[in-house]
Amino acid sequence: MSMKLAAIVPGTALGLLITAAAHAQQITVQCDDLGFGCDTMAPVVERFNQEHAGKTVKLEKVSYQTIVEALPVQLESGEGPDAAIVTDLGGLSRYYLDLTPYVDAAHFEQEFGRTLQWLRGSNPDGEAINGMPTSLTVNGAYVNLTLFEQAGVPVPQEGATWDEWAEAARQVADATQTDFPMEMDRSGHRFASFAISHGAELVDDEGNPVVDDGLRTAIEKFVEWHKNGTMPLDLWGAVGGSTHRELFTDFLNANVVFYFGGSWTLNQMDTEVGDLFEWAVVSAPCGPSSCTVMPGGGALVGFRHTDNPELVGEFINYIAQPENYKEIIAASVEIPAAASLIEGGVDYPSASERTREALATFTNQIPKMAPAAYRFQGWRFQRAMMNALTTRISQVINDELTVDAALERIKQDVELAMDAAKAGNQ
Amino acid sequence: MLGLQKLLGARRMPWVFLIPNLTAVLLFSLLPVFINIFYSVTGSDRLFPQERPYVGAANYETLLDCGNYLDPSTCSRDLFWRALGNTLLFVPVQVAAMIGIALFTAICINRDIRGRGFFRGIFFFPVMLSPVVVALTWQWILQRNGALNGLLTAVGLPPVNWLVLPDMAFFWSVFVTVWAHMGFFTIILLAGLQSIPRDVYEAAKMDSASPWRVFTRITLPMLKPTLLVVFILCVIRSVQTFDELYVLTGGGPGSATILIVQFIYETGFAIQPRNFGLAAAASLLLGAVLLVFTVIQLRLARGRSYD
Amino acid sequence: MTELMVRDEQGSILRFLTRRRGKIRADWTDWATYLYLFLGVAIMFAPVLWVVTSSFKTPANLAEFPPTFLPYATETVAVEDYDEPLPLYEVKTEGGETRLLAQVRRVGLRAQMVDPANPEAGRIVVPIADAEPVRRISFTFANYARLLSTSGSDLWLFVYNSLFITVVATIITVIMNSMAAFALSKYRFKGNTVALVAILMTLMIPPTVVLVPTYLIVAELGLVGNLWGVILPTVATPTGVFLLRQYMLTIPDELIEAARMDHASEWRIYWRIMLPLSAPALAVVAIFSILSRWNDFLLPLVVLNRREVYTLQLALASFQDENRIQYDQLLAMTTLTALPLAFAFIFLQRYIASGIASTGIK
Repeated sequence: MSMKLAAIVPGTALGLLITAAAHAQQITVQCDDLGFGCDTMAPVVERFNQEHAGKTVKLEKVSYQTIVEALPVQLESGEGPDAAIVTDLGGLSRYYLDLTPYVDAAHFEQEFGRTLQWLRGSNPDGEAINGMPTSLTVNGAYVNLTLFEQAGVPVPQEGATWDEWAEAARQVADATQTDFPMEMDRSGHRFASFAISHGAELVDDEGNPVVDDGLRTAIEKFVEWHKNGTMPLDLWGAVGGSTHRELFTDFLNANVVFYFGGSWTLNQMDTEVGDLFEWAVVSAPCGPSSCTVMPGGGALVGFRHTDNPELVGEFINYIAQPENYKEIIAASVEIPAAASLIEGGVDYPSASERTREALATFTNQIPKMAPAAYRFQGWRFQRAMMNALTTRISQVINDELTVDAALERIKQDVELAMDAAKAGNQ
Repeated sequence: MLGLQKLLGARRMPWVFLIPNLTAVLLFSLLPVFINIFYSVTGSDRLFPQERPYVGAANYETLLDCGNYLDPSTCSRDLFWRALGNTLLFVPVQVAAMIGIALFTAICINRDIRGRGFFRGIFFFPVMLSPVVVALTWQWILQRNGALNGLLTAVGLPPVNWLVLPDMAFFWSVFVTVWAHMGFFTIILLAGLQSIPRDVYEAAKMDSASPWRVFTRITLPMLKPTLLVVFILCVIRSVQTFDELYVLTGGGPGSATILIVQFIYETGFAIQPRNFGLAAAASLLLGAVLLVFTVIQLRLARGRSYD
Repeated sequence: MTELMVRDEQGSILRFLTRRRGKIRADWTDWATYLYLFLGVAIMFAPVLWVVTSSFKTPANLAEFPPTFLPYATETVAVEDYDEPLPLYEVKTEGGETRLLAQVRRVGLRAQMVDPANPEAGRIVVPIADAEPVRRISFTFANYARLLSTSGSDLWLFVYNSLFITVVATIITVIMNSMAAFALSKYRFKGNTVALVAILMTLMIPPTVVLVPTYLIVAELGLVGNLWGVILPTVATPTGVFLLRQYMLTIPDELIEAARMDHASEWRIYWRIMLPLSAPALAVVAIFSILSRWNDFLLPLVVLNRREVYTLQLALASFQDENRIQYDQLLAMTTLTALPLAFAFIFLQRYIASGIASTGIK
């Protein structure tokens, strides 16, 4: 009832205050419903509410777009939920609540040490515990084994380079008259895997953008692949700006031999491909510099403006307890972010045999990831760099910019973003 | 209300009628423009004005920073210039196509035909769809594995990758926006056509004037006031085109279909960290261009109505 | 004339269709007109129809190329000794005849099949090139079910919010705009032109461009997370004022003078004379307000930050995540949100057309 009144009476600050006072110990957590999200957390949250009388955690299921576009503006004006599962880990860091007083810090350091760093975007040297990484996502390549078999081309083994994969995929596509040898999501995050394995640093220790020969080689090779038909123009050629685009349906329809996407499509593979063809997730292709993919994933964070920091801390600590955490990970069929679970493995009762194998392959890539990949993931201006990458590379593919000009622009784009952000932090 | 009138006097009553609307206009349309002016001379990604440091003309300098003004790739913000160039091409082409097709359709529906209400309804239908829905529907149709290529394959033609070719993508941007908004202008023009008295046509028929002559000598002149309104509304909407193309092409391939509003939206809202200052500067430059446009338009309109 | 029409309607369908004023036979321009209009109907309506039928497809059916117009599902058959029903295939044998077989499993280019009529005969290995799935038209509601499950039991709340915003904003828009239009069309006073220009200038401001300042103002007013936060910024539509003013200019001043003679107050003149007389134009403004408020997305996305105040469009926008667009959900959402409008349209289309027509913009 108070809700409806609030909607009808303008200037509801009063109505909201009354609601807030009635549930002094209530917090709201925003999350979407994919993987480690509202749906999979719900049973654990219910348990938490039962065990903690007088304290309520309310899950608020929202669209991904809300978290990416609306949440940052709301936080900037001091509005928004008490906690949320976010993906722009570094970019939002100045709104995070330091959880150190409320959680078992040693446990967090031990389990999430490496990814905790990503949450310290605005103060990389700090010790703050700004949240709990939820799950890891890993980029990776899906390969249509049936097409390889049909073409009689041997599948490149672990340690094969990007060039070897491209060559093999081209042969297979030729022999089987498949439309395209390779595809990659139009995403700066996916391209970063390719670039870093070709030696690109992308960001240095001081947090400044790096545009080096590795990045140049990667862009040149990538553009060349689009010109000679190794990759279709639909993804990186056709779309402009920072728009994300994927064409995983091409892989599902066996129109492409090699698809570079990520661990999040596993469930889709299972339900939609079934046994139409044999497929596998393969180890990360190598570049001259490393065989790395990019890590990713969300984090459960609390926000500074909350009125109930203790409850936020207590709740996040509760989710981080090994048995609770494991339960959520298993339900969401995702790769855990906790060190002990990466090592020990997780049992996924709801996943098929093939999905479990693929998850294992993804998990095996984690130790091989280059330091640059981790650094890039935790950088506060990662989004600015990724947007610059997609925009500028598309321009090169469409002959609007030379590679040199593109490199210069990428650097300029990121520096402009940094200048704009820094002006406010002096 | 009568009390109010007694209190203020009848002479002040128009203001009583105006004030609610004017307040809303001032608060939610004009004030944002002034905030934008303030944003454009300040920096940082902070939302609240008091937290934003003054940076002078830096944002404008960034936008105008070009090696050679004839070649956008030498500009630091080359996308701003490309977007401006695309807008200057898009607006005349789209407005011409929109008005031409809407006028032709209105004339067809205005004939003595069966099912006029049905046709009117069908052509109006897309106006009701939200821009995002329009764009995703067409993207779904135009993509490589889309319905259009399915249709082409079915009749034995080779499929075309429509949104990959810059010229094709530009064509489809115009097509889709015309598809979505044409019904609105068709109905206004239809109204204009219906207000032309029938006996004028009957007289022309008596003189056995050719249909083309009837069109240029009777229909067009009598439709002129309606056409002018349609033209102004159409230009304003065309310059503001954003949602449909943002979803359909994202401004691609490369930057072939990026329009100025998309540049402003991406700079100020979609890309982290948001650069409100730069976006505001770009929007004010756009405003300046629009103002010049409008003044020319009004001059032309006024000049014509005197002859 | 009437008589002619009556006779026509009794005549053949051809004559019925080709009737023209004053003569029975149609000339080529009529055929051309119909050709153009029917082509137009195909182009305007087919995409929408296709989205609706596609929303009933399974994800696998959606991913197919060439796409099918209607949703299909592979026929399945229950076979002894197999727990799950097996998909049916039409298989060409070497002898050139076709057999109906059920597929057990498929590995690469070969499939293992059984004869559903005679499962004891054992498995048959068939090259997949020779097998064609047996399919029938089947509408699946799974996309809708999944979409609706994301909004859960709150669905009616979201519908309520959407309706509340649409209705309240439209009422305020109509009243405020018509008041302003009345003042600007029927009074000569100092500042008349300035006010008109101020309102019309805002016609040129793209809402996307002032999104951030608008949010700032809404936040300063304390209306974030409040339905009024999306209603108030949208009510002063310049197009509405413009259309209504143009229409009111055509209402004769004598009516107003006569009312003043009778000592009617200015408010009464507005309420009792101008409003009823501008009904068609008001209908147009109302309809455009309804369309835009129902379809609004960007401003509600930033302003409405709690689930209790979500609109239908926000609640259903779960088709996109960081890594992909879920077309199955998207198509269902498109159909669901466009449906109420389609119904409104069927009932209102007469008013839309006659309303715009009678605004008679001159």
